[in-house]
Amino acid sequence: MAAPYLEISHLSKVFSSFRAVNDFSLNVNKGELVSLLGPSGCGKTTLLRAVAGLDRQTSGEIRIAGRDVSNTPASKRNFGILFQSYALFPNLSAADNIAYGLVARRTPRTAIEKRVSELLDLVDLQSQRNKYPAQLSGGQQQRVALARALATSPELLLLDEPLSALDAQVRVYLRDEIRSLQRRLDITTVLVTHDQEEALAISDTVVLMNKGSIEQIGAPDTLYAQPASRFAATFIGTSSALPATALGSGTVRLGEHVLKTRPYDAPSASSVTICFRPEDVRLVDTADDGNTIQTRVARLSFHGASWRCGLALTGVPDAVVHADFTAATVRDTALAEGAAVRVAVDPDRISVFAGS
Amino acid sequence: MRSATFLTRIAGPDINGSRVVIGTTARLLLLALVLFLAAPILSVLVRSLQDDTGQYVGLANYLHYLRNPSLSVSIGNTILVGLLTTVICVPLSFAFAYCLTHTCMPSKRLFAAVTMLPLLAPSLLPAMSFVYMFGRQGILRDWFPFETVYGPQGICLTQIFYCFPSAVMILTVALGMNDGRLYEASQALGASPLRTFWRVTLPASRFGLVNACFVVFTLVTTDFGAPKIIGGNFSVLSTDIYKQVVGQQNFEMGAVIGVLLLLPTILAFAVTRWLEKRHRSVFSSRSTIHRPARSALDPIAFVFCLVISALICLVIGIAGWASFVKFWPYDLSLSLNGYMFQDVDLNGWSSYVNSLELSLLVTVVGTVVIFIGAYIVEKHEHAWLTRFALQFLAMLPIATPGLILGLGYIIFFNDPANPLSALFGGITIMAVNTIVHFYTVPHITAVTALKKIDREFDLVSDSLRASRLMAFRRVTVPLSGSTIADIASFLFVNTMTTVAALIFLYTSDTKTAAIAAINMDDSGMPASAIAMGMMIFYTSAIARLLHLGVVRLLDRRIQRWRDPSS
Repeated sequence: MAAPYLEISHLSKVFSSFRAVNDFSLNVNKGELVSLLGPSGCGKTTLLRAVAGLDRQTSGEIRIAGRDVSNTPASKRNFGILFQSYALFPNLSAADNIAYGLVARRTPRTAIEKRVSELLDLVDLQSQRNKYPAQLSGGQQQRVALARALATSPELLLLDEPLSALDAQVRVYLRDEIRSLQRRLDITTVLVTHDQEEALAISDTVVLMNKGSIEQIGAPDTLYAQPASRFAATFIGTSSALPATALGSGTVRLGEHVLKTRPYDAPSASSVTICFRPEDVRLVDTADDGNTIQTRVARLSFHGASWRCGLALTGVPDAVVHADFTAATVRDTALAEGAAVRVAVDPDRISVFAGS
Repeated sequence: MRSATFLTRIAGPDINGSRVVIGTTARLLLLALVLFLAAPILSVLVRSLQDDTGQYVGLANYLHYLRNPSLSVSIGNTILVGLLTTVICVPLSFAFAYCLTHTCMPSKRLFAAVTMLPLLAPSLLPAMSFVYMFGRQGILRDWFPFETVYGPQGICLTQIFYCFPSAVMILTVALGMNDGRLYEASQALGASPLRTFWRVTLPASRFGLVNACFVVFTLVTTDFGAPKIIGGNFSVLSTDIYKQVVGQQNFEMGAVIGVLLLLPTILAFAVTRWLEKRHRSVFSSRSTIHRPARSALDPIAFVFCLVISALICLVIGIAGWASFVKFWPYDLSLSLNGYMFQDVDLNGWSSYVNSLELSLLVTVVGTVVIFIGAYIVEKHEHAWLTRFALQFLAMLPIATPGLILGLGYIIFFNDPANPLSALFGGITIMAVNTIVHFYTVPHITAVTALKKIDREFDLVSDSLRASRLMAFRRVTVPLSGSTIADIASFLFVNTMTTVAALIFLYTSDTKTAAIAAINMDDSGMPASAIAMGMMIFYTSAIARLLHLGVVRLLDRRIQRWRDPSS
């Protein structure tokens, strides 16, 4: 197996007394799109800026294509970057913005024109080439900034919240554009985002960050299906998080119920939290189906194709089980607020984390 | 090859070598400022500790000065005039700048242009104008509340007039930079206009206000044209230096007074540094320009600006009228006698030509040097020591009276032991002296404008592996077009009007128009003096009009960047 393209080892960044990034290590393979996902203040942007060489790390090492660039200035690292604000040069036309890095490299003029034209086609802005940034829409500006970052064919692309300034529809469209471009050019990419949907939709690997450290690394579906911590379970998607007591060997006590779960480490009789997804909750008729819980419908809210139900647990005050039922199910069973229902969750869908 | 790697090693790696270029430029500029600013000032300091034979005498000269009440009374006088002018001038300027930037009153451009009129002539012109109005033979003598115009009241009057444009300029920039989003947020939160002013406008303009106070106070305390013409028996430090050095050839005592005048610099510098640290870029690439809405304040603002502008025009108008009058105030028939300089002065019109040459030289060289200096101080990330020293030296000139700088040049460059003494007497040394003398305000203007340019532009440029030189040439300079034009016209006009430093440096071949005016007033030719003052005014006015045209062109280009419809 080839060596990773980008290697970050034991990187820390300390601002006076605040550790923004704490002993962070990550390998990114050639052509991979990795998202750094996390709440604001989790250190993801700080990390990206350290990779870019815009802010020097306090300690640790960064290697790009096997070369140690830990102390190399930004201008020698060979990456393209897209800022949240785009930072398009306001006095240069779209074409001149894209050509900027090529001019800096003293590329012959005809080659520049050819390359700029290529890139304008790539981002579908040929007709806007002579407009100034302020004359373009937000989405167009973003595409110009992307083309500018790609113009010099960098081998590493850094995206700092590239879509957060756009409205929802443009965002989904551009996110898919970025992904298909990235695949086509086979360019190693690091994306910083606080938008989990974005991260899950376009990444090969998602790095979930919290308080300067990695919470979990994995493919989007793994991260979703097998959260490694309560933070991971609740930050990505929706999870019901319920207080329970460990009984050992893959069983827990939840109120009056005993449930089978995925294997876990917590010692018997200790307090644990169990998490599962709303779509993994099934309506059942009797307790015979196994792994069932007796609940009462506390809330019903309509989500179009489905209903989100808030189910109250008997014997466990304040605990709410979120469940998604299709519109058909709700219609057939005549589900209504106040109704008593029995639900089941498969053992391998229930994650158990130590602590309450 | 070896030298290339050596350079790379000392300056750090950089594909296009821009760090080497910028670093070398920074060091050269620093060397120039040390040589042409710090060294002359230091030699004044040294001279103040010597007796007339060059022997070190410690603080004897200072003690002599302080024990002599007829000399030391000037300290209190100078502070009084400085504070009084600042207290009146800065609030007036703030109100004026606020009207220009935060209201929808009509004729803003006209008002802004009229405010700049006082800058077009040396301070001796308004001083003479006030004498012609309120002096013994003044036509408005009965309206003046004081017994005589000569004294602190006359000085303050002249200085408020003279410093007004500088303060308005600084405050207009500061207020113009207020972030529009904050106003919308404040409005949305239901804050009253007064509260918005208090919580948004004032805090965002703090830096500008402190700068304005600092600039006005030092302009007043270091100017000598006004006190010389209208000060009467009221002695201030700047006229004392003139008397000591030119009148009595007492360089030691002149040096002592000069050092006393330098003290406020250190305080002011410390304060601005401290404030600057807390004033990170408030205008980012996401900020919007504040667009004021119509309000009940607009008519009040209009009347206020109209009154101020009318007063400014009156002062200039009286001077202009007087320059064409046969014999003020007894024969008010018009004539060109005042402008027949060859009849009253050996140099005649050649002093005026000298002024033109000098001003062009200073404008071209000074604009380039000062803008690059500001860029290095504001945007260069390395060599903090060089930058700190540059910033310190850049702030020094404004508190250095021209007289001291001139005195320092004589002491330092006229020394036969100095290899640079060959420069002395030519137009070169006068140009260098003038650039150094006026370094601070354009420097502040440039730094303030550069602060507005988002750091991300440089970072993007870095990531595209472009040199900082390219970012400077293709982004920073185009975005600073109107600032550069402002600096150029500031330098031209100030060189036309300056007197203070050059009075020690001119020879009969290089005498400038403003000095000729002083000489003519001294030798009892006020009509010719005021006419020469008006010649300076006309020339500066033409330069300003040119500047206006250039800025309008640049504005049209900037509009093209911004306007979505074009």
